[in-house]
Amino acid sequence: MEVREVGGVFSTLMRKIKNGEFVITGEIEPEKTTNIGEILEAAAKLKGYVVAVNITDNPQGFAYMSGLLPSFLIQEVVGLEVIYQVTCRDRNRLAIFSDLLAAGSVGIRNILALTGDHVVLGDVPQGKPVFDLDAAQLVWMIRRMVDEGVDPAGNPIDNPPKFHVGVAANPNANPLEPEILKLERKVSVGAEFVQTQVVYDIEVAKRFLDDVSYLKVPIIIGICPLKSVKMAKWLDEKCPGISIPKDLMEELIRAKERGGKQAIWEVNIEYFGDFIRELRRTTRAAGVHVMAVGMEELIPPIIERAGLVKEAIDWRTYIVNKISKVILPQK
Amino acid sequence: MIITTQKPLEEILNYLRPYRKIFIIGCGTCATECQTGGEKQVQEMKEKLEKEGFEVVGTGMIESPCDERLTRKFIRAQRKNGRALDDAEAVLVLACGAGVQVVAELLDKPVFPGLNTHFIGKVERIGRFYERCRACGECVLGETGGICPVTQCAKGLLNGPCGGMADGKCEVGGWTRPCAWVLIYERLKAMGRLDLFKKFRPPRDYSRKAGPGEVVWR
Repeated sequence: MEVREVGGVFSTLMRKIKNGEFVITGEIEPEKTTNIGEILEAAAKLKGYVVAVNITDNPQGFAYMSGLLPSFLIQEVVGLEVIYQVTCRDRNRLAIFSDLLAAGSVGIRNILALTGDHVVLGDVPQGKPVFDLDAAQLVWMIRRMVDEGVDPAGNPIDNPPKFHVGVAANPNANPLEPEILKLERKVSVGAEFVQTQVVYDIEVAKRFLDDVSYLKVPIIIGICPLKSVKMAKWLDEKCPGISIPKDLMEELIRAKERGGKQAIWEVNIEYFGDFIRELRRTTRAAGVHVMAVGMEELIPPIIERAGLVKEAIDWRTYIVNKISKVILPQK
Repeated sequence: MIITTQKPLEEILNYLRPYRKIFIIGCGTCATECQTGGEKQVQEMKEKLEKEGFEVVGTGMIESPCDERLTRKFIRAQRKNGRALDDAEAVLVLACGAGVQVVAELLDKPVFPGLNTHFIGKVERIGRFYERCRACGECVLGETGGICPVTQCAKGLLNGPCGGMADGKCEVGGWTRPCAWVLIYERLKAMGRLDLFKKFRPPRDYSRKAGPGEVVWR
């Protein structure tokens, strides 16, 4: 397989990956709200602990605030680099291209190119699904924007944007081979990094990393802390392809009986802290993507348990000053 | 096969209410196969309308109402043999949307559809019809093991499977239907053609599909 030469490093995320540093990325979900202040506060909690934060694009097909403006403000106001997620569900190639130009114009440098969950899974199932492009075609379009400076039809762009483009993959997929071949296809058109779906079983992560090592693309393994026994059971029973290891489930149940929320959080800190430490020590994973939406407080202790050092910044003072200056109270 | 189902009677009655004398036309091809617009259904529709107080002045079958030549021939024959069609105040067509439109183009009177048209599909048996073709005009079946991703993948993806696949099933419909791209993978693997599976397919050119389709070669 041909490995594409990509010119230039445009983002901190990519610089750290290229330097072989183990990266931590986080996730912020703009929801059905105009309270942008809350989104920035959530991002501020991650600053210093994650290299960059993914900003979701109507996840699970739910109709939420667009990710573009939060992405811009999180970079400008919070000072935290973003990975702007773009799905193909709600916009055709013209609309996506327009948003990408806007993103490029304000310094967004990382894109996660996704196909997107189907509209019928979301909370406005009556909408028309677009899927003018799929994730691989979106990667192809972005690479042409960046490398050739053209739109999807080949028309030149004045001052083309600089993006690194990542894609998703699912280590839990069954069957796994078509998933790996699909990833190979995405890499062949220029995907530069991979963020995976959540993995709870470290053996699944290790097997996947081995299986895709031939692609020579940085893999960031997805994890998602478990807020409650209920959430764990729901994921285990209702989410096809995700299974919670028995030991972890039992520990969560014991924790619930022992000490409620605090004890459950301690289980999470221990489990995922050790999970990350093990990944870092024994695999070639490029990092970990922590999907802890609404559980941002868990990230610092997990990262500390994993033996990774928080960047030395006094982010709290920094952010309070910035937010109070730029964002008016929303309520 | 063009797969159709009959519209609810109430909807048909709403269309026809301003008129009294009705002519019913059936389709001898797809709608006959679907048992929605065959001779039997035309007869049943006649009885239903008469029960509702309409006067059904005539009925007739066109082998393929979508074929303008056959529909013209039918109209000529009707006029030669009597005045039923000309006497009718409205015409109800039990055919697909193409059939209804051809009849409407050729008759200078109100023409109404009796069926809903769903898709081009396979007939497993009567009452079990499955979509198989979107008529996209750029058939990729030669590269996908004879399984159409445009039709059978819920997202119509050319580079699947997507992340909505679990245990070989599709997220749309709650993981009950097979993922088209897993079917394609299995088929191509059995054929020893996973190279086709890995192939990148660029975005489609929809400019070719702008406006109503026309195929004119003579």
